Amino acid sequence: MSSLSAKIKDAFDEPACDKNRGKDAKARKEGCSKSLTPGAAAGGCAFDGAKIVLQPITDVAHLVHAPLACEGNSWDNRGAVSSGPTLWRTSFTTDLTELDLVMGQGERKLFKAIREIKHTYAPPAIFVYSTCVTALIGDDIEAVCKRATEKFGLAVVPINAPGLAGSKNLGNKLAAEALLDHVIGTVEPDDSGPYDINILGEFNLSGEFWLVKPLLDRLGIRVRACIPGDARYRDIASAHRARAAMMVCSTALISLARKMEERWDIPFFEGSFYGISDTSQALRNLVRLLVRKGADPEILERTETLIAQQEAIAWKKLESYRQRLQGKRVLLNTGGVKSWSVVHALMEIGIEIVGTSVKKSTVQDKERIKQVLKHDKHMFESMAARELYAMLSEHRADIMLSGGRTQFIALKAKTPWLDINQERQHPYAGYDGMVELVRQIDLAIHNPIWSQVRQPAPWDCQPDLIGELPCTRNETAYLFDEFACATAHEC
Amino acid sequence: MARILLQSKSAAVNPLKSSQPLGAAFAFLGVDGAMPLFHGSQGCTSFALVLFVRHFKEAIPLQTTAMDEVATILGAADHLEEAILNLKNRTKPKLIGVCTTALVETRGEDCAGDIANVKLKHTQELAGTEVVLANTPDFDGAIEEGWARAVTAMIEGITRSGERARHPKKIAILPGCNLTVADVEHMRDMVESFGLKPVILPDISGSLDGTVPDRWVATTYGGTSVEDIRELGTAMQCIAIGEHMRRPAKALLGLTGVPYVLFQSLTGLQDTDRFVSLLSSISGAAVPARVRRRRAQLQDAMLDGHFHFGGKKIAIAAEPDQLFQLATFFAGLGSEIAAAVTTTDRSKILEKVPAVSVQIGDLGDLESLAVGADLLVTHSHGRQASERLRIPLMRIGFPVFDRLGSQHKLAILYQGTRDLIFEVANIFQANQHAPTPEALDPLRNREISHERCSPPLAGQ
Repeated sequence: MSSLSAKIKDAFDEPACDKNRGKDAKARKEGCSKSLTPGAAAGGCAFDGAKIVLQPITDVAHLVHAPLACEGNSWDNRGAVSSGPTLWRTSFTTDLTELDLVMGQGERKLFKAIREIKHTYAPPAIFVYSTCVTALIGDDIEAVCKRATEKFGLAVVPINAPGLAGSKNLGNKLAAEALLDHVIGTVEPDDSGPYDINILGEFNLSGEFWLVKPLLDRLGIRVRACIPGDARYRDIASAHRARAAMMVCSTALISLARKMEERWDIPFFEGSFYGISDTSQALRNLVRLLVRKGADPEILERTETLIAQQEAIAWKKLESYRQRLQGKRVLLNTGGVKSWSVVHALMEIGIEIVGTSVKKSTVQDKERIKQVLKHDKHMFESMAARELYAMLSEHRADIMLSGGRTQFIALKAKTPWLDINQERQHPYAGYDGMVELVRQIDLAIHNPIWSQVRQPAPWDCQPDLIGELPCTRNETAYLFDEFACATAHEC
Repeated sequence: MARILLQSKSAAVNPLKSSQPLGAAFAFLGVDGAMPLFHGSQGCTSFALVLFVRHFKEAIPLQTTAMDEVATILGAADHLEEAILNLKNRTKPKLIGVCTTALVETRGEDCAGDIANVKLKHTQELAGTEVVLANTPDFDGAIEEGWARAVTAMIEGITRSGERARHPKKIAILPGCNLTVADVEHMRDMVESFGLKPVILPDISGSLDGTVPDRWVATTYGGTSVEDIRELGTAMQCIAIGEHMRRPAKALLGLTGVPYVLFQSLTGLQDTDRFVSLLSSISGAAVPARVRRRRAQLQDAMLDGHFHFGGKKIAIAAEPDQLFQLATFFAGLGSEIAAAVTTTDRSKILEKVPAVSVQIGDLGDLESLAVGADLLVTHSHGRQASERLRIPLMRIGFPVFDRLGSQHKLAILYQGTRDLIFEVANIFQANQHAPTPEALDPLRNREISHERCSPPLAGQ
């Protein structure tokens, strides 16, 4: 546990995070995850966070060392997509029983499980996740992984992020640490070039990175490693030879970006592929970093040409929605980077933002949102379910964009809702992705069900109907008699 | 009698199980004004919550004691206390159902003692709220056990003990966790059609049936009332459905003397006949005309449907009682149970499963045993095996997250059995392969064509 607590301490000291720098030494020591209130807490644990970051690596076997719940209740539940291997979707767990725990057989069972996986699936690597119970009983997964690596001749990587260590966010960081300690830099590529980049924190949800990658291909930029979306183990192991990096999901993997810059001199910037101007800005920043690192400056002009072309097409497509969506009020209830980058494009076509959550946003994110929204009264840290329900049922927004967790608050308040988190069905990245997002908003808001489901039952709201009842009843009775007659004859 | 084959692998591949505390929470969700509370780290709750939401497409009340490192080392009694008081103040539940997890059970905490202390210390604050404990470590059992433990805990903790004056028309019904919202609703209608008054515990048909309330409610809305649980002892008769409900039924018998009858399954003509006869004899009423009509419809469905079932090889993975329910259904229509996989060896029902053997295991086992089968029957996680083996999948059980309306799917009594026959027959008809001259050529290499007859997909 001592190395784990050192790791956690390290994760809480992040020079590249402004929020972290703004704290005094004592506050920093307490970490960035707020302590949880029993009976009023929500959200995943550190193990959840680590698994989210690593599981999309497609050719790795992910083995969870735990009793059933950690893996059994959570496997195959995310929307990341692979262009090849499917092993990452196969679930592996040691499924510890009472007997295993009482007899102290955890480590042995783990070792045997690694052997079984190696023999049956022959993956390039096995990631082994520790969890609350196996941390509590003191199973030394690092030692088991080391021994297995030697014995079986494949990478067996310990992921030391038990749930009790803290929040999902901490788990993200601990996963990054594991990659730095055990994976990145272990394979030397024989084909590195001046246009190699890494994308960090891109999960390829619904395949959305494939809306961006062709743009990079067009510019001659090669993605050495996209971590973790649609990644292969070897790509990540050789990611240290990239010339530049873009960090997409800001809170999750900032330490990974910073440490890769320190160790291997890979400069990075924080950007987003959500929204039109953000996508363009990301492309510009990427090529600038590459040029700084020695790429031919002619790429700058080619990039501008591509951007101008793609932006024109996207704005033209979006323009056709302006009339339908002008003045519509959107409530954005999601954390992190999505807020500020999407806000801009939505406002551009006349959509009004009536609120945005800044729970997971960084100080910079908040500044950006403030600039875009003019006044900050539309920003909220988090909203209780009851308040959110009240706001939506009073129709103070025309649609809510959020993650699955608050989905049913919107739907039960009979308000249009669109999933923009990990379980969503549509890709929203890049220029085409933004058009798709606006299209989905349009489809959701203008679906004909809304007027129907909001209509109360006629007998609940029309006193007139009660007065008319005798007549109606007679008619029905008459019809019924007639029907009964007809069927009787048929018989 | 089926042979029970124990698990010998160290790595479980594609788990069949969901965890035991999830099963307990599921049962608590069938009580009106309830708030299940996981005693463990926040991740335990988060995973279960997400899985429930994916299955039911509903907001699910479920909270956590949020154990951290300090609580794990020093003990979590104060986390439990704080959680109970917070829940009471914020959501005013009528029932807080505490489900323990592997973390707190591995520590070996005396949760019953802790809860007793909380109740004693805060008697006034907690007035109007029952707090019930189910010991449900993740390293043991699965949904069935968790569900049964929660129901037992509610009976032992809430029902007034002692012999009471019996209401001649009142029937206590303890449904197993394999019954859907539609099953429970339909069963209630059937019982009421005999002039009887059923009290169903848990009653998910009231709480997880996907209605739209007119205000925001943080707890469950609908389900068995706490008052009804308290008064279970005035029932004339208890009916338990599923072998795993024997324990709560026995607890009720021990506490109040209400006798029970246990139905291992309510799917199929004969089991339904027994159930209907029982209702008729308890109520003294004749079997209503519409029930007779349903029976005739089922007879007809069996006549029309059996062509599609005869000789088919079925591979089923489910918890013990559901495995029994489905295996007897298929076997009763002439199919062969080619593979039977389940979660635990503890259930007595397993030896009655009409299969040569029952494997304790996971969906990885199902996938290797199901080669050559005509139909896979399990929950949504069977989709990967179905794709790889190219065998159609009938989704049943929990979780079903990639199809809508599983809670409204009826599979018991005359009508449910009828619907199930149609569903399966339609899957087979949709996946028919048209005959080709090559496949039927009598002069074709006979060994190969013989192979084709037995496992059609062997070698793939």
